[in-house]
Amino acid sequence: MISTSSLSRKMNPLPFLARSFGSPINILITVVFAGILFFALPPLVRWAITDAAFFPAIPETCKSASGACWSFVIAKHSQILFGIYPDGERWRPLLVCALLIGMLIYSVRPSAWSKRLAWVWAGGLGLSWWLMGGGIGLANVESDLWGGLPVTLILTVVAIGLGFPTAILLALARRSKLPVIRLLATLFIEMTRALPLLSILFIASIMLPLMLPEEILPDKFFRALIALYLFASAYLSEVIRGGLQAIPKGQFEAGEAIGLSFAQLQAKIILPQAINVVIPALTNTIIVMIKNTSLVLVVGLFDLISSGKAALADPEWSSPSIETYLFITLIYFILCFGFSRFADRMEQRAKAPVK
Amino acid sequence: MTDDNSAPAVTLSNVEKHFGSFQALRSVNLDVARGERIVICGPSGSGKSTLIRCINQLEQHEAGEIRVNGREVGSEPAQLEAIRREVGMVFQSFNLFPHLTILENCALAPIWVKKLPKADAEAKAMALLERVRIPDQAHKRPGQLSGGQQQRVAIARALCMEPSIMLFDEPTSALDPEMVKEVLDVMLGLADDGMTMLVVTHEMGFARQAANRVIFMDQGEILESAPPDQFFANPQHERTKTFLGQILH
Repeated sequence: MISTSSLSRKMNPLPFLARSFGSPINILITVVFAGILFFALPPLVRWAITDAAFFPAIPETCKSASGACWSFVIAKHSQILFGIYPDGERWRPLLVCALLIGMLIYSVRPSAWSKRLAWVWAGGLGLSWWLMGGGIGLANVESDLWGGLPVTLILTVVAIGLGFPTAILLALARRSKLPVIRLLATLFIEMTRALPLLSILFIASIMLPLMLPEEILPDKFFRALIALYLFASAYLSEVIRGGLQAIPKGQFEAGEAIGLSFAQLQAKIILPQAINVVIPALTNTIIVMIKNTSLVLVVGLFDLISSGKAALADPEWSSPSIETYLFITLIYFILCFGFSRFADRMEQRAKAPVK
Repeated sequence: MTDDNSAPAVTLSNVEKHFGSFQALRSVNLDVARGERIVICGPSGSGKSTLIRCINQLEQHEAGEIRVNGREVGSEPAQLEAIRREVGMVFQSFNLFPHLTILENCALAPIWVKKLPKADAEAKAMALLERVRIPDQAHKRPGQLSGGQQQRVAIARALCMEPSIMLFDEPTSALDPEMVKEVLDVMLGLADDGMTMLVVTHEMGFARQAANRVIFMDQGEILESAPPDQFFANPQHERTKTFLGQILH
């Protein structure tokens, strides 16, 4: 059994039991983890399910229960998800979330990648802006009142969506033969990377209003968005530059020899290969950027985490913060894990011998 | 178009090129007639690759003049565009685009540079893949092909732009011996069709069979230039004799 297990593991997946008890080390690992589960699982299930409070979603339900207070999350889900957005208008951020998530799912399939997709996104983001802010038939909602999931989604999608093409241009500029262009790109990237995101957000939200006259000052949300966008561009561009450096000189020469222009050479030959090389590093940076959007709370924007915090301040409830943060964690996990799965598929696609 | 139909295919006059302090080309003069097939040989570092790479401006010459079909070659964008439509190139290490299929490799430039409709470009690419005898590999990626097959695709890719001149930079040097012949056969076929060819190679069999002229280069200079019979039977220069002695055993 012991001697065959390592051999046959490669040839065909062994049944679960054989894998778990195939060798002394496997037996040990199995026993230890079974022990941990044996002691940890029952109390967890009791807390999260059997002793937990669900309905009716009022404070009294939680007071009589010894487990988790899910009633709070159920009662306050709209405030956690949408922050201090006016009560009667919350269908608008809900629609925005559905729209953005729908477009993300639509865009995942390579067959959807065309010029039309850019128009779909331009239209979708314009529509989101109108739904969130109002005007033309909808009540005005100042961006100070925006909050929760739509803020997180808009900041993420716009900062990365605009940051990625900008990063490509910055990476190419930093490798340019023209010294001025190279210097400017290097200066921007190094300056942005040398500053913590927090300080860039503070500059955008506190120092900019001191320097600019009020008439031309973009609002707080827009300033934070620009800060995140610049930050994402600088980081992504260095990842992409790493990929560009991995492409052999012969690829450039072959492209030039068949007459491709600089832009065609980059778009058709160099960048597709360079980006394929750095998919894992890009995924890493983008996931960090998704989570970085939560830092906007320091400049007074209500992202998902700060809306959750605000909901917890209700004195009628006993502040079930673990439950609230678990709920928020779940949303972040879905976003980040979803993106990581997408990146994995892209990597498989790049490796596949034939499309 | 300023192409002059009576002008030679390629003219080099007093072409010079340095890499740092190393002089790669010393006042090189060469006329290549239309339809002429020239084999360039010489020891490594003698400037033979640099010479053909200057013709399509993968390297920029520093002095002298290069003309292709009567038109001056330079590094201005318009000049580059014109020259690369006229001149195809095949590299030692194939340099196929690994993320594209064989067919996409070939149809790319016709679609993007010549703005042919995709269907026409692919039909043309398929016709050329037939000619280099690998149409059945059209939907694979380069990594799935042998070296010889890849080099034949590289030839088809260059031919897709319908060049009037083909440059070959040691096209068989990176190949396993048993694959050299399949590539040389394709090149012989091209020669039979009257393509103007400049071939840097040590395949003296190819030189004997297909070349109108063999050129020997050493230290950035053209030392000897003669029809193959004369070149092999009666080399004039001492260094040519030594070189031939080394490669012909």
